[in-house]
Amino acid sequence: MAIEGFTHLICFAAGHEIIRQGRCDLTLARLTPDLVYDQMVAAGCARKLIFSWLGNPGVGSLHAVRRAIEGGGLEVEEYSHFGMVGRYVAGAAHLPFYPLRSYAGSDLPAVNPLIQWVSSPYAPGDEVAVVPALNPNVTIIHAQRADTEGNVQVWGLVGVQREAALAAERVIAVVEELVEAEVIRADPDRTLLPGVAVTAVCVEPYGAHPSFAQGYYDRDNAFYRAWDPISRDPAQLDAWLEEWVRGVPDRASYLEKLGPKIVAALQPKPRPSGSVDYGEYS
Amino acid sequence: MSGTPDELMVAAAAAELAGVRTVFVGIGLPNAAAILARRTVAPDLELIYESGVIGARPSRLPDSIGDPALVSGATATMSMHDLFAYFLQGGRIQVGMLGAAQIDRWGNLNTTVIGPYPNPTVRLPGSGGACEIALNAARVVVVMSQSPRSFVERIDFVTSPGHRHPDGRSRPAWAGGGPDTVITQLGVYRFGADGEMQLTALQPGIGEADIDAASGWHIRRALA
Repeated sequence: MAIEGFTHLICFAAGHEIIRQGRCDLTLARLTPDLVYDQMVAAGCARKLIFSWLGNPGVGSLHAVRRAIEGGGLEVEEYSHFGMVGRYVAGAAHLPFYPLRSYAGSDLPAVNPLIQWVSSPYAPGDEVAVVPALNPNVTIIHAQRADTEGNVQVWGLVGVQREAALAAERVIAVVEELVEAEVIRADPDRTLLPGVAVTAVCVEPYGAHPSFAQGYYDRDNAFYRAWDPISRDPAQLDAWLEEWVRGVPDRASYLEKLGPKIVAALQPKPRPSGSVDYGEYS
Repeated sequence: MSGTPDELMVAAAAAELAGVRTVFVGIGLPNAAAILARRTVAPDLELIYESGVIGARPSRLPDSIGDPALVSGATATMSMHDLFAYFLQGGRIQVGMLGAAQIDRWGNLNTTVIGPYPNPTVRLPGSGGACEIALNAARVVVVMSQSPRSFVERIDFVTSPGHRHPDGRSRPAWAGGGPDTVITQLGVYRFGADGEMQLTALQPGIGEADIDAASGWHIRRALA
């Protein structure tokens, strides 16, 4: 499975629910495992990690993931960002692989035999790196809004959310708010995924905290920094999971526990886009 | 010129961006250098982030390369596919700025592991976009701190290729120019025609003995 969203719109609500349900043995794909997979790995959900950058952005290491790898308890399959992007693109387009100009002279292909080379049929001798299609059983994305038909709109950083969703057998979109179909239809350019490509929609305000939702709430950088000492110590980390994940029944309770002070502090000032005129044609 | 080691590195890195239009930046010192450059030597500089932002005008120093402040007021946002495929691989990035835990004389960069890959002593973040930035940017500026542990004779893992792999393989014909400048708290380095690193300038107050004490091999001299 994949929970995608590049820094923006990382669905912690879904990660926490998976931990609460006690799922294990999962293969987790994500460009940047981020705190959400650090927590899931610490909770024992993961067997294998497919990724391209393993860190706490702007802070340092993902200590739980690092312990699991250094201890040999977590299988890894490693790419670069463009390689991971390409895997989803191929998966979404029903192609067997994606060709890219990367990896030449890097040791990554030596440690990941799935990174291969093809010779261009149009320019013999031009060797191009290829990565295999990735088709998750389930991709979970977070988004600003959707309607009841499952049409999902996102603005700000879209990362690989569209490709990761379209590559998956089932797509769960978790959204900040449910809106009327007219709101979606007033601005079709902003639709990341039409409802035909979405299996289920869940409404979960602040479901991406401590990540952010552009225009809704800021990244909780203080939490990202606080995670470093928490995650360094397995006992402290487990106590955190007990208190903030297993100890709360759902996201609403998490939000209540977080408290109005932190929520208010993450509120951005308004900066609306200008609007464009699509025109009415009769 | 005086300042903290970080400030000296930022100033030297900003100077490398004089007149540049497009720079692919990471967080930390490269980000500070790019913002400084746009305010001084490169007013037309477009800050490009792998998160999918072009022409960021951040209202605060971002904590991550996906900060919401990079989006508000930017020229464009796009999917990571479009950014990597059409802008980086498409040859539209003049300078890529990278950091690393280890570098060797050929400018190979390691951000993956210290020790053997299957059982690392230290597991580092990995490539992110660095491998393709090192190969596709027209030139690469490396900003990193220098010590005998980071400037090494034998690199533990090549994440992002320099001018020549330790096993002798050369860069592919399609690749960009590769590492062009390395900036540390001790000196500024460029690369000879054969692709080997050479010392071209010392940071203020630094002597050649300091360079030697902080390097795993004897770095060739090309001081002005």
